[in-house]
Amino acid sequence: MISSRFSKLLSWSYLAALYGFIFLPVAVLVLFSFQDGRLPVPPFNGATLKWYGEVFADSRLMSALTNSLMVAIGSATVACVLGFCAAYGLARFVLPASRLQRGLLIAPMTVSYLIIALGLLTTFNWLGVSLSLWTVGIGHVVINLPLCFAIIYASMGDHQKNIERAARDLGAAEWQVMTQVSAPMLMPSILAAFFLSVTFSWDEFIIAFLLSRFDVTLPVEIWSMLRSGLNPKTNAVGSVVFLVSVALLLILELIVFRRTAKK
Amino acid sequence: MATASLETRENRRAWGFVTPALLWTVAFFVIPFIVMAAISLATRKGREIVMAWNFDNYIEFFEKAHLLKGLFVSLEITFTVTIISVILAYPLAWIIAERVPQKWQRMALIMAILPFWTSYVVRSYSWLLVLAQNGVINNTLVYLGVISEPLELASTRSATVIGFVHFFVMLLTLTIYANLVQMPPNYRRAAADLGANGFQVFWHVVLPLTLPGIMVGAFLTFVLCIGDYITPQILGGNNELALPQVIMLQLGRRADFPMAATLSIILMVVVTMAYIACARWLKMERT
Repeated sequence: MISSRFSKLLSWSYLAALYGFIFLPVAVLVLFSFQDGRLPVPPFNGATLKWYGEVFADSRLMSALTNSLMVAIGSATVACVLGFCAAYGLARFVLPASRLQRGLLIAPMTVSYLIIALGLLTTFNWLGVSLSLWTVGIGHVVINLPLCFAIIYASMGDHQKNIERAARDLGAAEWQVMTQVSAPMLMPSILAAFFLSVTFSWDEFIIAFLLSRFDVTLPVEIWSMLRSGLNPKTNAVGSVVFLVSVALLLILELIVFRRTAKK
Repeated sequence: MATASLETRENRRAWGFVTPALLWTVAFFVIPFIVMAAISLATRKGREIVMAWNFDNYIEFFEKAHLLKGLFVSLEITFTVTIISVILAYPLAWIIAERVPQKWQRMALIMAILPFWTSYVVRSYSWLLVLAQNGVINNTLVYLGVISEPLELASTRSATVIGFVHFFVMLLTLTIYANLVQMPPNYRRAAADLGANGFQVFWHVVLPLTLPGIMVGAFLTFVLCIGDYITPQILGGNNELALPQVIMLQLGRRADFPMAATLSIILMVVVTMAYIACARWLKMERT
């Protein structure tokens, strides 16, 4: 009896300790983004929204934010379209060497971002392509395409195949089957792939750092802010990024998983 | 005849769907990789890159202590992080799966991975807030009078390890939890009926059945940890450099693309070896 109570107590304390460890940095980050003072460390001098004001007044940060959103949405869209088409082709038709093709499409997932970035950087240098947000976007499609393909491919079951066949028998052309029958049926996984890609691209640093030049994305801009050491403004921008990511997660949870649960 | 031509037409159509993605992967992943492998066989003369087609860079890597050390530092950090993360994450996953009431489990998991969604750069910075010389821990301890001089917590290997462990505990908790809930409770009941005590049930039944979850998480930890530049750069500082930091150093100050490419290829070989070591646990079930 005592031992079971003891083990229960132990469990809950462990849970509390680990959650404390997991949330400590985030709590510190958000709390001291309201710091009324120049240093985001204890003691806490009182709350102010001054640093958020500075973040939203900073034109470099704001343009980095817009750049990040453009790259994230653009690269996620391309990755989703390419991934969906490839999944459709490989799941619905019998193609030679389909194992090899699947392996090739998944391969970038197993390689460090740093290596993908370096490969693209040396290639762009060699070809004389100048670095811009476009090259960052290309890199982000490379890392997100395997993800989109894998998620959408995994959700293509046989029951959908029959519905597609029925549509074809009723005279639908292949592109009509794809856009009006398959895509709506697979929408939850397509959206999941899209939002995950947006989050990954939005947060990605090393590819964006190595493949951009004058226009940079938000993580790269934050990186250059770190040189000034601890600063409540960095806390504020970090908290904003966190809020945006949590909002994306909530959207994903509400739209996508709710829908799947209903079905 | 009719079916054959239908099949060719179907086939051509299928290629139309798959080709764009394949082309993208070949153009922006396979070819860059080949270019990088080729550059690793070149040498740098001043600011020019000359194709020498020899393995001088690889020989140099094994001869120069500061380059080789990068790999060892990275390997040590990665193994430490992987082991600590598994040890911390396993009980957490177990408690969530066993002790937390069913209807709260999803919520508990979402909470456990919530900080996962802060920006990666920002997360390392947050740990700097906690560990810096004038950071949360030092200021609090000095304020409470526990210590008089601030401790050297940031810019050490421990700081890098803490930053990494924080990230990977979340990841491993997910993969191990997924495995634990899949396990039918009957297995454990059967083992207990056959006379196994609590520890034996865990050691001979539960642990082997959750090994795939551990290995998937550990492999991901290994790959992401050994290739990461941000965490060691922000938290570890420049006292000892991990391999990705050495790679970035070649690019930045020296513009030595051939050496950076060489180091990347070596990094990739190490990851491939880790994959081969874990391969039998990493089989994808669906495909």
